[in-house]
Amino acid sequence: MSGPMDALSHEEILRAGHLACPGCGVTPAYRWALKVLGRRTIVTAPACCFAVIDGAFPYSASSVPFLHAAFEAAPAYASGVRAALDVTGQHDVNVLVWAGDGGTFDIGLQSLSAAAERNEDMIYVCYDNEAYMNTGIQRSSATPRGAWTMTTPAKDGKREPKKHLGEIMAAHRIPYFATVSISHPEDFVRKLETAKSMRGFRLLHYFCPCPTGWKADSRHMAELGRLAVETGVFPLYEVFDGVRTVVNVAPAWTPMKEYLKLQGRFAQVTPPEVEAMEREARAEWARLERRARAEAEAEPAAAPR
Amino acid sequence: MTTTVPAPAASRTSILTGNQAAAWGAFLARTQVVSAYPITPQTTIIETLADLYQRATWPSRFVNVESEHSAMAVCIGASITGTRVFTATSAQGLALMHELLHWAAGSRLPIVMVDVNRAMAPGWSIWTDQNDSLSQRDTGWAQVYCSTAQDVLDHVVMAFRLAETTNVPVMVVEDAFVLSHTAEAVEVPAQEVVDNFLPPRTPSFKLDVEKPAAFGGLLGPDWYQEVRQDLHDSMLRIGGLLPKAYADWARLTGRAYDVVETWHMDDARVALVTSGTVSQTAQEVVESDWARREKVGLVQIRLFRPFPAARLREVLGGVEKVAVIDRNCSYGHHGIFFQELKSALYGLPDARRPKAYGYVMGLGGRDVSVESIEDVLRRTVSRPAPEPETTWLGAVLPPGAPVKACACGEEVTR
Repeated sequence: MSGPMDALSHEEILRAGHLACPGCGVTPAYRWALKVLGRRTIVTAPACCFAVIDGAFPYSASSVPFLHAAFEAAPAYASGVRAALDVTGQHDVNVLVWAGDGGTFDIGLQSLSAAAERNEDMIYVCYDNEAYMNTGIQRSSATPRGAWTMTTPAKDGKREPKKHLGEIMAAHRIPYFATVSISHPEDFVRKLETAKSMRGFRLLHYFCPCPTGWKADSRHMAELGRLAVETGVFPLYEVFDGVRTVVNVAPAWTPMKEYLKLQGRFAQVTPPEVEAMEREARAEWARLERRARAEAEAEPAAAPR
Repeated sequence: MTTTVPAPAASRTSILTGNQAAAWGAFLARTQVVSAYPITPQTTIIETLADLYQRATWPSRFVNVESEHSAMAVCIGASITGTRVFTATSAQGLALMHELLHWAAGSRLPIVMVDVNRAMAPGWSIWTDQNDSLSQRDTGWAQVYCSTAQDVLDHVVMAFRLAETTNVPVMVVEDAFVLSHTAEAVEVPAQEVVDNFLPPRTPSFKLDVEKPAAFGGLLGPDWYQEVRQDLHDSMLRIGGLLPKAYADWARLTGRAYDVVETWHMDDARVALVTSGTVSQTAQEVVESDWARREKVGLVQIRLFRPFPAARLREVLGGVEKVAVIDRNCSYGHHGIFFQELKSALYGLPDARRPKAYGYVMGLGGRDVSVESIEDVLRRTVSRPAPEPETTWLGAVLPPGAPVKACACGEEVTR
């Protein structure tokens, strides 16, 4: 039996010699993404871990053109690249934005919103390691409630919940939004193929465990991805045109503590807080399921698959 | 001095504002990607461009963005992918772009931008002064200051050649309202004239899937300085290339320019130094009987970056006194043209170095009239030494009047 991973190109566009930490969650995703998109792709990355991972001048680990962008402006840089490709007839070249959570949820949200509103023809992958890891683990609006970071050092960690990128992007009615995780490569590849087959603004939100910032063992990265999906912390779903939600993997409701105990950043979380996290995950899941069901009932014919 | 003689190629005279002239310049240059965000008083540039691009016969894209920051980001992305790009802004918008001005110059991208000189808030001002563009002095952009709508059109076209020859971005600057919104007769060159002057862009590097490369990555201490020195050296080359561009442009259009324009400087004892539209008013002042008796000459600085220091030393060496009008101020020091000029004149031998008198005036759109320029000259002629070096002129409020910038509903006594 063969799956989407077997059909992947054997060509390695991410070469050896990149500068990622051992166990880093981002490199498998970048490798898979470029295997799907191929050499006729231009990458734009804002300031983020990957801006370092790709290599310092005069080296680059990517076998495709790579444009470094100002922190807050990668979607606008990419819009310029797209415009230039289009006016020079290079419509077949993919424009891929590769950005961290800081450059997506925080400082880059304005230019991201604008590029989404213009429905710019590009694929945006946000690799979300839930804090500013490149600068040494500071909180972002993608950091979950309860997590320790260097700027949320109090005993209860970050107090505010994670910003909901999926709802923000759905509100822009972009052609395609999907969540993906390091633990589900087949799902990742299928969704990237789906994105590749469409035009307009497409965004993949990638759950990207970080051994350094999460105080986790580098051998647990895929495991952490799986537990995030199973506990409902990071549900896997797709949203078409902002209005048709499809849930891909139902949580197994593995106890939250199984996910938390592998990460030093949650060491200070108390049992009542763990219960609160479970309630939050179930409530979010219920909202997601309700939305998917209501949308399917409203427009049954339009529901994909 | 701008001279209007019949152009050798077919062209037509239109009544255009500075902003319309700017848009025509960008359009005739066959710009492929335009990205901009509206701000008074730049808006009519992008409105005119949006209109002109309906008629573009070449593939082009107008990207309407959500901020000036993104406008410059789009320009960077489009320029590094090999196309000819243009944008325009003013004041707050230019300040918002600041980080990306460094990025554009550091990436060595031949982007051309028009800045409409508008005073910086607070309080909100839409009227002209030069602090917006001069605050961007050290970003690695060439800067040219225009004084007529014709200047603006011609310099936008010429800016593309300078930028694409050196890979240095160029900012063409015009005064708010007095130039941007004032209509005058402008010769619009025929498309073929511009095509003769400005061939399609052939980038020396670009994002290309056939030749992958990374741009803008981490640059360690063992590389950074050389890269910046190359930017500096390339910027300096513009000082030599602009006169050549002027000569070619004059041959095609009959209009001649110089990086530093002069009037009555052959026998001048006192030189008035100006930039922008003040230069037009000053031309009238230096023709007066009094000015001719006092042997007052006029020097208009057109090119600000690279700074034409050698040329200014040549023009001003041996003159007794220099009066500099600055529609800007580097707070805590002097007007910026004044301090730049002083630094250039320092290279002259003592006997030939003029005394330099600085005047800060015309901020926030306050009129710089014939009378106020005469005031500058009288003060310069009558004072044996420039003490103080800088004089603020033209204040309306009496000394001691409240000048705190807060609106409290009370009438300010003038």
